[in-house]
Amino acid sequence: MTWTPAEIRGWLDAVKDPEVPVVSVVELGVVRKVLVDGDAVTVEITPTYTGCPAMKVMEEEILACLAEHGVTNARVQTVFREAWTTDWMNDEAREKLRAYGIAPPQHLGDPGLVTLRRNVPVVCPRCGSHQTIRQSEFGSTACKALYTCRECREPFDYFKAI
Amino acid sequence: MTEARAQAAIAAGVAPTGPTAGVAGNPLFEYLCRMGDDRLVLGHRLSEWAGHAPILEEDIALSNFALDFVGQAAALLKLAGEVEGKGRDEDALAYHRDENEFRNVLLVELPRGDFAFTMVRQYLFDAFDVLALERLVKSRHEVLAGIAAKALKEAKYHARHSGEWVVRLGDGTEESHRRTQAALDALWSYPSEFFVADGVDAAMVEQGIGLDLPSLKAPWEITVRETLTRATLTVPNDPRIVRGGRLGRHSEHLGHMLAQMQILPRSHPGAQW
Repeated sequence: MTWTPAEIRGWLDAVKDPEVPVVSVVELGVVRKVLVDGDAVTVEITPTYTGCPAMKVMEEEILACLAEHGVTNARVQTVFREAWTTDWMNDEAREKLRAYGIAPPQHLGDPGLVTLRRNVPVVCPRCGSHQTIRQSEFGSTACKALYTCRECREPFDYFKAI
Repeated sequence: MTEARAQAAIAAGVAPTGPTAGVAGNPLFEYLCRMGDDRLVLGHRLSEWAGHAPILEEDIALSNFALDFVGQAAALLKLAGEVEGKGRDEDALAYHRDENEFRNVLLVELPRGDFAFTMVRQYLFDAFDVLALERLVKSRHEVLAGIAAKALKEAKYHARHSGEWVVRLGDGTEESHRRTQAALDALWSYPSEFFVADGVDAAMVEQGIGLDLPSLKAPWEITVRETLTRATLTVPNDPRIVRGGRLGRHSEHLGHMLAQMQILPRSHPGAQW
């Protein structure tokens, strides 16, 4: 019995980020590579933030997901290169975030140039207003910042672009 | 120092000093411990603010900082353990080493003080961290370069946040200015330890793995002085060079911190939950 990396990626689409349960580890770009060697499967993942406590959970859930599909000889390996960037999230994943109430990350463009001064307003995921203010650069998880919408008055999370 | 003498010194728990310090052992292991320990100790100090910061947003921000630093430490110490090849993982290195085996700079082990002290210390570190990581991204050691690239993204956030606070506090009320200036006066000589290179650094530069520490001093000073000026703070005239941490000679504060940090795994080795 052997599997293709594409097939395994398909299975892993069922493994969601425990803190943002609408996007999968594949959509997030956390899963970098799937290597198949006979019955041995290695999944390379890269952390969103080095200290993200959700990484351990994702690792366990990836292994559990593989076991469900009959892969018993599996391991998850953490790699740091290339450094994770929110630019790896496609439009579909961004829309899922927005529908869930999290403002999706803005595009950085060239991943080498992490610009820290943002002039583009963050759009409120609830009412679409551009009249939003940043309350805090650091939110409920490492990957989010806290914003408030001036129009609908709702506070919301913004998925930081890195 | 001869290798035999250096080994004897290490066995006796006395870190060798001088230009060949650490070279007799494993310079890469030593180097990774230095980087990892800076982050582990600073991360722990930051975590002490959880539930104590002056406002909720800062409580969350400092906890986020702490997470980043402890995460970076875990990655670096894991790599250090692999490089050492004696079966120690990141937890063994974090929880089962004594004070004189820690290689962090003295700056990061100082008690957290008040909020101004924490933010000034943080900014002095972050300004260095960004410069150092920018260079380490080009390290010939692929895993280290990868960790540096990841950490750099986080470090830029940190430096911006702590820098903004230094300006806000320095150029704030009379009391916030007084406290921030007092913190700066107390801390100013400590960053000198960042830029002292020894045999370990020389070996790492030679192998294309590490960075040339003294060359970072000028750019660091330019950046920091600019921020301090904006913060209306007076740069102290304190030419002292602080050192010792890189060789395992620490202030009295580290032992107390480690006692708290290590008590659980030391009392219950191998405990799981």
